Amino acid sequence: MSAAAFTLAEARDALKARKISSRELTEALVKAVEQARPLNAYVTETPEKAFEMAAASDARLAKGEGGALEGLPLAIKDLFCTKGVRTTAGSKILGNFVPPYESTVTQNLWNAGAVMLGKTNMDEFAMGSSNETSAHGPAFNPWRARNSNANLVPGGSSGGSAAAVAADLCLAATGTDTGGSIRQPAAVTGIVGLKPTYGRCSRWGIVAFASSLDQAGPMTKTVRDAAIMLKSMASVDTKDSTSMDVPVPDYEKLLEGGIKGLRVGIPKEYRMDGAPPEIAALWDKGAEWLKAQGAEIVEVSLPHTKYALPTYYIVAPAEASSNLARYDGVRYGHRAKGAHDITELYEKSRAEGFGAEVQRRILIGTYVLSAGYYDAYYARAQKLRTLIARDFTEAYGKCDVLLTPATPGPAFAVGDKSDDPVAMYLNDVFTVTVNLAGLPGIAVPAGLTANGLPLGLQLIGKAFDEATVLRAGLAIEEAAAFRHKPANWWRAA
Amino acid sequence: MTSIDHAPSGSGGSPEKTKLVKGQTGEWEIVIGMEVHAQVLSKSKLFSGASTEFGAEPNAQVSFVDAGMPGMLPVINAKCVEQAVRTGLGLKAKINLSSIFDRKNYFYPDLPQGYQISQYKNPIVGEGEVFIDLKDGSTVRVGIERLHLEQDAGKSLHDQHPDSSYVDLNRSGIALMEIVTKPDMRCSEEAAAFLKKLRAIVRYLGTCDGNMDEGSMRADVNVSVRRPGGPLGTRCEIKNVNSMRFVAQAVEYEARRQVEIIEGGGSIKQETRLFDSRLNQTRSMRSKEEAHDYRYFPDPDLLPLELDQAWVREIEKSLPELPDAKRARFIVAGLSPYDASVLVAERELADYYEELAKGVDAKAAANWLNNEILGRLNRDSLSITDVPVSAAANNAIIGMIMAGTISGKIAKDLLDIVWTEGGDPRAIVESRGLRQVTDTGAIDAAIEAVIAGNPDKVEEIKAKPKLAAWFVGQVMKQTGGKANPAAVNAALKKRLNLPEQG
Repeated sequence: MSAAAFTLAEARDALKARKISSRELTEALVKAVEQARPLNAYVTETPEKAFEMAAASDARLAKGEGGALEGLPLAIKDLFCTKGVRTTAGSKILGNFVPPYESTVTQNLWNAGAVMLGKTNMDEFAMGSSNETSAHGPAFNPWRARNSNANLVPGGSSGGSAAAVAADLCLAATGTDTGGSIRQPAAVTGIVGLKPTYGRCSRWGIVAFASSLDQAGPMTKTVRDAAIMLKSMASVDTKDSTSMDVPVPDYEKLLEGGIKGLRVGIPKEYRMDGAPPEIAALWDKGAEWLKAQGAEIVEVSLPHTKYALPTYYIVAPAEASSNLARYDGVRYGHRAKGAHDITELYEKSRAEGFGAEVQRRILIGTYVLSAGYYDAYYARAQKLRTLIARDFTEAYGKCDVLLTPATPGPAFAVGDKSDDPVAMYLNDVFTVTVNLAGLPGIAVPAGLTANGLPLGLQLIGKAFDEATVLRAGLAIEEAAAFRHKPANWWRAA
Repeated sequence: MTSIDHAPSGSGGSPEKTKLVKGQTGEWEIVIGMEVHAQVLSKSKLFSGASTEFGAEPNAQVSFVDAGMPGMLPVINAKCVEQAVRTGLGLKAKINLSSIFDRKNYFYPDLPQGYQISQYKNPIVGEGEVFIDLKDGSTVRVGIERLHLEQDAGKSLHDQHPDSSYVDLNRSGIALMEIVTKPDMRCSEEAAAFLKKLRAIVRYLGTCDGNMDEGSMRADVNVSVRRPGGPLGTRCEIKNVNSMRFVAQAVEYEARRQVEIIEGGGSIKQETRLFDSRLNQTRSMRSKEEAHDYRYFPDPDLLPLELDQAWVREIEKSLPELPDAKRARFIVAGLSPYDASVLVAERELADYYEELAKGVDAKAAANWLNNEILGRLNRDSLSITDVPVSAAANNAIIGMIMAGTISGKIAKDLLDIVWTEGGDPRAIVESRGLRQVTDTGAIDAAIEAVIAGNPDKVEEIKAKPKLAAWFVGQVMKQTGGKANPAAVNAALKKRLNLPEQG
């Protein structure tokens, strides 16, 4: 087995045992990244930086020092500002923007000793569920359907990170999740994706999409890896007023102990008409797995679920329309040529710099905040958001964690839904509620479709109870025994 | 810019004749409300650690937050919140323990984020009041509608390059307090007096330096006219009026303009206007139709601002004595309302006066300050902060007058010496022999000398007792002005057997 195929925990243990060096790990991964360029998972590769960091890690490890992630090569979603390394947010409008600062989350990772391999592809400004809105072109899913050469999407918006983890192009990656952007791509690429509680990870230095929903989290090969990585990513940050001062426990240690007596809620509203039978069957199987390990299965109700998608598609674009106003061609990023006055400079720069989906959401967001429409849209969406959050609070009176499908289906073909925004938005139907309520959720690979494509299950926890989510996720992972890997069709000749 | 509920709340009652504007068809009443932007006195900006100092090189005081860089987040500066609360308390206003920061969205090159963080529906300070004292001795109450915190924008520089504009972001993100009044003012004098009083209050509180030249305080003035007691007219908002004088001029011009339009059969368009201080007139900037849709919504980067009642009480306890209280105290101590008003207008002046008046007669001290100190400052174009003679030195001079050590005339000469040369007044009195002569022996000797040298006058005074004044003058001359005039008078009367009422 190539060192690139290690899990984060395996690589960590191998490094600690001096069975491998960070340099060797990094070499294997840098080579894998180079060979996987057809996947378009990375938009910026930083091998020199990686080797430099690996050398420093090896020196620390040789002295018996080092942090929790010492010497472990990671991929970083291109939404995180990385000091001295181009950060594009998947958009043309940022041009070749090189931040003079490092996001808190990535700084936490480097402080823990991690090594940066590069920046991963993503939907433009994290707006999309297929990675097709990226200004760098789509990233591809390493998985293909049985007997098909059609390129499938890796999900989105953290599609590049998902593809990189699934294809062993990094040990793990960072993602961000505003409506499902970690969990949906994780589910359709057969990896683990954890969206922590809102406020668990600092948003400082992460290019903002929708500030009240955005949350960074790990995308990993295993649940254990997610536990390890979250511990290093999370921190209270005085630079982010919405970050919360809640102690970060040792999630890996808390994986132990099993789920005996755990009350698992099955929300009846998540049984959707028209969903593929494979999804419902997998969901039932998941409940059986947990029951078999001693959990108690209870039916619960989240009555406002049907309003979640419309609520999300008001709140998120509203915030985005304001957050993206700073990309105006005045101070940094793309500036249109030939403008005669300031208004034309704005119009041309933004028309040229933003892609169609981002423009659509800016328009929607501007509309719902406009005088005369605010009360009908934004104000009502905020009320619904409160009701959706209350649904969860009430459900948690009866259970400790919820089990749901992660996505309404497996990966779809590139181009399949890119002309139908509503069909695309439906990908988030099981995940947006979690963002609206600010709760932690994890997608864990649980099986393959008849066509051989991965499907995931989602576990949703109480606020700041990532430990229970991870423990229940581990139970699914162990029962599912998902050890499938995509066939390596992308290696350059 | 916040909309004002155009319902008068304060002065009410029947409009005073003197404040009305005479038109061709009768009299008109002016209705004025104000929105004042006062820069919060703080070392760093409202949501970033960048410095707020005035006069730095362009773009030298800009953090990544102020420049609207990707992924940057605002963090509230507690000092600015404290200053807003302090100001609210100084305006006797309701402090809202929970308030919300909103985003006001619009595009402008000197607005890096594309939105200004402000407070829209839930400001930190609610209703309060300010009392203004007018020249005629009357007092008018001006209601405060609200005070909220917001960020300042940067500055566009259009005169640096023939076909490009430059942007200076030093101001970007500096904390402002927007203070909104009720439409309670009725004439230009009231408007100017309000701004002056508000400036005095924030300067007493130390929450704004009130430097209008540096833009630390700017007023937007809402003006409308109506028939006395009639329904309110349509208002125009005059932007960025930068001095008390300009406020008065802008109100006068704008009221006159509106009256002429209405009397000419036209109607007032609700619009935003600019005051041109060179031409002393207002001109249209944008109409209501052209007004921006700011798409306010709560800033998701900031949690609601929650204040602790005990913390607010601590601030309240630390408030200094404010102009109204100080004025009342001065009046009780014996000053006229007018003198008291003049002295409390500037905290530095009031402080100077208090030290100067320590242990001496309040009225005499006020007269001395008004006539001697302010006169000299005016002559030398100096402000009270540049006064070359300390309050303590003045206090010593006044003390010496009171004790009869020096005469009033000598005191003025003494002040001139200290003003230009410095030094301790008491020491100067001793070293230069300015001490007043009360020694009857010396005075009697001088009287004898005058009598001996002027036998004709001694004869003359027997018929003309009024000649006594001439004798006093001669004796004063004889003593080099140092004799106590009262003592000279008494001794002369005795020596020349003058009648008591002489």
